Amino acid sequence: MKKEGKQQVWKEYQKDIADNDYYFQRSCIRQNFFPGSEYAFLKILREELGKNIYDDARQTTCTGIGYHSDIIPFETIQTVVARHFALMTEKGFHNFVISCVTSFGIYSEIFETWKEFPSELERTRHYLKEATGREFELPWNMTHASDIIYKFRDEIFSKRKCSLVNGDTGEPLKIVEHIGCHYAKIFPRKGVGGAEFPQVLSGMIESWGGEVVDYPERRHCCGFGFRHYLVMADRGYSVANSKKKFESMEPYKPDAIVCNCPGCTMFMDKWQYVIAEMENKTYGTNGNGIPVLTYEELAGLVLGYDPWDLGLQMHQIDCEPLLDKMKVKYDPALKYAGKDGEELGVPLQPNFIH
Amino acid sequence: MNTVVIIGAGVAGVEAASQLSEFGHEVILIEKNSYIGGKLAKWDHLFPNLRPASEILNNMEEKIKRSGFKILKNTEISGISGHNGKWSLLTHKGESFEPDAIVIASGFGLFDAKRKEEYGYNIYNNVITSVDLEDKLKKGNRIKMTNGKTPRRVAFIHCVGSRDEKSGNHHCSKVCCITGVKQAIELRNQLPQAEIYCFYMDLRMYGKDFEELYRKAQENYDIQFIRGRLSEASENMDESLLIKAEDTLSGRPLKMNVDLMILLVGIEPGEDTISLCKGFKLESDSSGFIKPRDMHIQRNLSSQEGVFLAGACTCPMTIGDTIDNARAAAIEVHNYLRKKQSA
Repeated sequence: MKKEGKQQVWKEYQKDIADNDYYFQRSCIRQNFFPGSEYAFLKILREELGKNIYDDARQTTCTGIGYHSDIIPFETIQTVVARHFALMTEKGFHNFVISCVTSFGIYSEIFETWKEFPSELERTRHYLKEATGREFELPWNMTHASDIIYKFRDEIFSKRKCSLVNGDTGEPLKIVEHIGCHYAKIFPRKGVGGAEFPQVLSGMIESWGGEVVDYPERRHCCGFGFRHYLVMADRGYSVANSKKKFESMEPYKPDAIVCNCPGCTMFMDKWQYVIAEMENKTYGTNGNGIPVLTYEELAGLVLGYDPWDLGLQMHQIDCEPLLDKMKVKYDPALKYAGKDGEELGVPLQPNFIH
Repeated sequence: MNTVVIIGAGVAGVEAASQLSEFGHEVILIEKNSYIGGKLAKWDHLFPNLRPASEILNNMEEKIKRSGFKILKNTEISGISGHNGKWSLLTHKGESFEPDAIVIASGFGLFDAKRKEEYGYNIYNNVITSVDLEDKLKKGNRIKMTNGKTPRRVAFIHCVGSRDEKSGNHHCSKVCCITGVKQAIELRNQLPQAEIYCFYMDLRMYGKDFEELYRKAQENYDIQFIRGRLSEASENMDESLLIKAEDTLSGRPLKMNVDLMILLVGIEPGEDTISLCKGFKLESDSSGFIKPRDMHIQRNLSSQEGVFLAGACTCPMTIGDTIDNARAAAIEVHNYLRKKQSA
């Protein structure tokens, strides 16, 4: 594989990423499944990079999952998006940062719709005004949260406590990067590096000392696919998609998987357990699965944050093998302790996978 | 004696120059390269009869010798001015011309396969284009993978940059189907044990003996044709390629490992054609080729008086069609100059 060929593609797909003063649009499912990710994102931006970012308690879901399941009409989701822009406008911000890849796809789709069909924008303004009395400006800059971490990846690395290097061998850790489909496959120009060879996570991995695993099924969907997961009868398709990816990456012996989409992180993490239960098959070493992290969690580890503060105990696949390779300091006894040290109880362990 | 400047010394330019010299006009042929023949000069064998491309090139050389017209090689047009049949041309070397007629024979460009990012050209080691393959064949190289191994399975991908909304080319390049068939047969001769597949949308075997060659490819050379457009390619650990397509005849998705993938790149208007089109303020069609004044009865006339069109600057053409078209252009120029003189 020719790295310089990829670099040429990356040059074609660089986007404008605002430098400061962000309005943060949270994800609904990330806060449940990987609750430390958005915490880490805000902490990194505020405390490590000294940026101004506003976290608004008035937000709602973007209704993206409902929209992709055909239960939320386009007019409704446009109005919900417009309301979030109105909240941003009211707080005096212009740079909109979206935590979720599904939401990022929704916002991008609606933004482009309004550009192509100004009558839709006017109709949405009317609906929002009627429903809430609010008005809004369009953001000057709209990015996914991973774009921001990508932009400041070198600055983050300059403050590192550890890197993506195996502390025992000195070799770069092999990291699979998985980009959510709705990050760039809908609008390649809106993703750093485009849709076919995205750079947003590769850039972080390489800047932090790791080696990117480019495996044959890299572009394949994680298995979320909305309908495949939401319709229970089709859930087998979802697992089959993830399995296809794991089998394809397995020969490269990856040390971890990093994702920028909540759905992908969840399915790549949890379906490893399901496959292990169904087929007694694991894809990591010594009966372990392959740890699956969000990019903020990975950034947090590089910056030396406590893995339990990052919420890594919430992952289905144990992250300890990765922590040990990175020589991250952690107290195994505190894995399931609450913030005040209170023991919260150890979850049941799976039969075949850790 | 009237002076005619012809821009481009490819198949069309040389043919038009030769004919116009025969008609008694002074011809100046301007070529940006150091050689004549255009794209043909880089080709090894031609469809549909696999004759060596050098035979056509030799024929062009003979015509140049016989006609004795002036060729300015390594020369580019840097300035165009004028209107209503009175034109001035300036070359980058500072020479200027005020010809009585101009023939644009700037030919075609080739689709840059890097634009189909999902196929990984210039990224994956064993993805090449039809042009790269022809170059290897011309040099007499054995066709191998980059690791030196002999490919056991090869896939030709048709319509790369043709009839493709995503790459902005709606037109059919016309000659790639038969080029793929020709190259597959040539590869079979080199790789008797290999499996060779052609992934196509339609096979447009419109020319004389094209269909016959396609039939031979199936019956005598065991080339497998699969109707389905490739969606993406990825590189395996051993540098072979995983390709995904839909077999639209069986209606099923298809996944296959191949050792070598050859992209049959389409024809586009070249940079020179686009630049000349702008310079002479000519109209272009939706694909960017120069638009003739009338697509049926005035195919060699441009929208500007005194500016004529020959060959693939107006649309993709085979070599035979290009030669016919260039001769027709020469007749149009000759008639124009005769009428102008008698007026």
